[in-house]
Amino acid sequence: MEMLLPIVLTLLAAALSPLLRHISGRWGGWIASVLPAGLFVFFLSQLPTVQAGGERTFSVTWIPSLGISLAFRLDGLSLLFALLIAGVGTLVVIYAGGYLGGHPHRGRFYAFLFLFMSSMLGVVLADNLFLLFVFWELTSVASFLLIGFSHEKEEARRSALQALLITGLGGLAMMAGFILIAIAGGTSEVSELLSRGDLLRSHELYLPALLLLLLGAFTKSAQAPFHFWLPGAMAAPAPVSAYLHSATMVKAGVYLLARLNPALGGTDEWHYLLTLAGGATMVIGALLAGPQTDLKRLLGYSTVSALGMLVMLIGLSTDLAAKAALVFLVVHSLYKAALFMVAGTIDHETGTRDVRQLHGLMRVMPFTAIAAVLAALSMTGFPPLLGFIGKELMYEAKMQAPSASLFLLIAGVLANAVNIAVAILSGMRPFIGRGKHHPAQAHEGTLTLWLGPLILGLSGLLLGLFPDLIGIPLIEPAVRSVRAEHVDVDLALWHGINPVLLLSILTIVVGVVLYLLRHRARDASARLRVPELLLPGGVYRRMIAALPAFSGRLVGVIHNGNLRSYLFTIITVFLILAARTFVDLADWPVLSRLGDVEFYSVGLVVLMIAATLMVVASRTRLAAVAALGVLGFGIAALYVIYSAPDLAITQILVETLTVVIFLFVIRHLPRFGERSPRPTQFRDGVIAVLSGTMVALFSLKASGVQMDSAISSYFAENSVPAAYGRNVVNVILVDFRALDTLGEATVLAVAAIGVYAMIKLRKHHGRRAG
Amino acid sequence: MNALILRISARYLSPILIGVSVLLLLRGHNDPGGGFIGGLLAASAMSLLALAHGTASARRSLRVDPRTLIAVGLLLALTSGFPALFGGREWLTGMWTLPELPLIGAIPLGTPLWFDVGIYISVVGFTLTIVFALSENDEEEAV
Repeated sequence: MEMLLPIVLTLLAAALSPLLRHISGRWGGWIASVLPAGLFVFFLSQLPTVQAGGERTFSVTWIPSLGISLAFRLDGLSLLFALLIAGVGTLVVIYAGGYLGGHPHRGRFYAFLFLFMSSMLGVVLADNLFLLFVFWELTSVASFLLIGFSHEKEEARRSALQALLITGLGGLAMMAGFILIAIAGGTSEVSELLSRGDLLRSHELYLPALLLLLLGAFTKSAQAPFHFWLPGAMAAPAPVSAYLHSATMVKAGVYLLARLNPALGGTDEWHYLLTLAGGATMVIGALLAGPQTDLKRLLGYSTVSALGMLVMLIGLSTDLAAKAALVFLVVHSLYKAALFMVAGTIDHETGTRDVRQLHGLMRVMPFTAIAAVLAALSMTGFPPLLGFIGKELMYEAKMQAPSASLFLLIAGVLANAVNIAVAILSGMRPFIGRGKHHPAQAHEGTLTLWLGPLILGLSGLLLGLFPDLIGIPLIEPAVRSVRAEHVDVDLALWHGINPVLLLSILTIVVGVVLYLLRHRARDASARLRVPELLLPGGVYRRMIAALPAFSGRLVGVIHNGNLRSYLFTIITVFLILAARTFVDLADWPVLSRLGDVEFYSVGLVVLMIAATLMVVASRTRLAAVAALGVLGFGIAALYVIYSAPDLAITQILVETLTVVIFLFVIRHLPRFGERSPRPTQFRDGVIAVLSGTMVALFSLKASGVQMDSAISSYFAENSVPAAYGRNVVNVILVDFRALDTLGEATVLAVAAIGVYAMIKLRKHHGRRAG
Repeated sequence: MNALILRISARYLSPILIGVSVLLLLRGHNDPGGGFIGGLLAASAMSLLALAHGTASARRSLRVDPRTLIAVGLLLALTSGFPALFGGREWLTGMWTLPELPLIGAIPLGTPLWFDVGIYISVVGFTLTIVFALSENDEEEAV
């Protein structure tokens, strides 16, 4: 039960968050931070259990017929992520309080943020593939709302939609992959699947399942060629980028790969697909980061690069690579969240994010500067920060890679060097420099704005000096989850002089040189313009632009606005299908049952036929409607005769309302005299007579067929004892088949809203035109 | 002349019709009636009012926007399934209680009635959403 509590509480907080708009911005952040801080402590308290190799589980049945349950499980990997989600979440919420200040929609912002936190916790705690999928998609929805928070800006709306479409489509592919995995493995429980790795890997569905799953993981974690949504998402407010785009959501794909590694990993396909995609993303992200001048876009592209490194490390599938991936995951979350917050603070206090316009801010923003420099040092992998340990491990893992080790190392050094340049440019450059600081109006942010980044920066230093604080309690259980066996984790700053250390030094030197040459690099990349249409982002934009035109044409063909043509299509299709069925049914309806008809029924039918003829023959619309009414009431009378009072009442009421509605629209209809040309009339007449005949034949046939009476007799027998009602029709509507009724009511509601919109919108258009 | 008869009869008929519609709703489980029929009748009564006295007057008598009624009705129908969940049954399973009332004796009260009230309200809501939109459209263009 305690596994469910964090998710439920956060969801509840999301529901209550709108109330925070009544509290001043800064205090709102502090108050809201109580929950994630509490969750952080709660997850910390689970450390001893998990470290001892235990795990916490909770499960209730959900859809037993499909073997899907609401199963949650907390093991080493989940705990690592949960701590990041709650820990960084706490600092981000405090930061958001200062960043948003008195923003009128701050309550809504916290609601979205908590919705995201809840679903992200769900992703890492879910122990069932389909439950995980639900939370996964929820994070996409929450991210859409958060990126589009400044919805009055067109760019924010477009970026939000782009992120949603890409991660959403990837999510759907992943769902298909999950279904295949569940078929191949015979269960959708993750913990069960992990022990059926051999079965899964040898199954014929393995490759399609893997490819679909990777689509989900790669879109979410911004792997090339889907990386472009992440820099676009930089339109989000800074707290969102610090949370979603550094530590949590973009790591969901990495989480999924790490989680399913024991079940799916270790094959050649896994190895090549992941290292290739990850390696390419690592290099592409770094190359694209180089020429950026906007602080957040710099960080965004370098995040793409870092995510590539993580995916590549998981693809290597060695103990060392898993260790390196998880350490780097923590390192990256700490420094990237801090740097995003710093970028937000700079933007907030100076009004610009252009690195070319920022320098010498150290003197006016001392706390922010310390936080930024610590984070940037960790990013460069400078000792004694945690980033140094992360990078050493990464190089070591690459050197011991099963294949293509040299290629990976070169790509790694290149990407890391660019990231070092990015770190200097975004985390140090704005603060250093002699002379007057720039821009002139710059000043230090409030406590809420620098506390978060400072804590994150200091933890990078602290954990670097004392790596055992996380090594054995946190990384070791997490590595055990990924490798499905115990792996010793012994983190240390100093390994003596070895090739890895030399590589680290080389990387830093190259990085600094790249930084110094940045102007030349920027010019070079400006000359080297790849046509936008060839880039994935351009392809996406072209597809999005072409879609409305395509659907417009399609709708023009099948949905032309002419009611008669719809009826024509519907009835003709029905006729053809019904005729086909009739041919299959060999024996023709028996007409002998016609004998026991009362004389008044005959009179009624004659009246109805006369009314029908009048509808067709009438010269005025009012007469036609009146005749149609006679027909409708005639049907109601037939219902009474055949003892179906509920149907009769409904029929009468519907007839009445039809007349009322007709009264309102009669003046707006086109002139009645305009009739179709003769041939069309003839065609319509033939179809009408044919369909009427067909329905009549069907009714006769149906009355002659001996149906399986189990259902109707069940309803009749159980209506009174089980449902306390003598009116079987109503009992079916509200009890036995209540779900159908609810569905129908929902359809009617949607139809009513549609009709309402059509009427009001038409008037709106008319007014604008006039 | 005609309009006068219509106006006066509408004024007296509509409340009676609404009363009957509630009766139909309540007795629906045992005798002909129910939420759908009751809702249609109530909507007819309000439509009559709109026809005789104008939409603005009918809207005032209804007090709430019919679009709100759609939402409220659907929400009621939806939530009527929840008690079953707390009882460990499938969603929307009818749950019953048989309270003893003085004079009348035990009467069965259950979530199906709750559900039916939701259907009643939403039927009134979506019928009147359409009827009022059309009648307002008509009145505006007639002016």
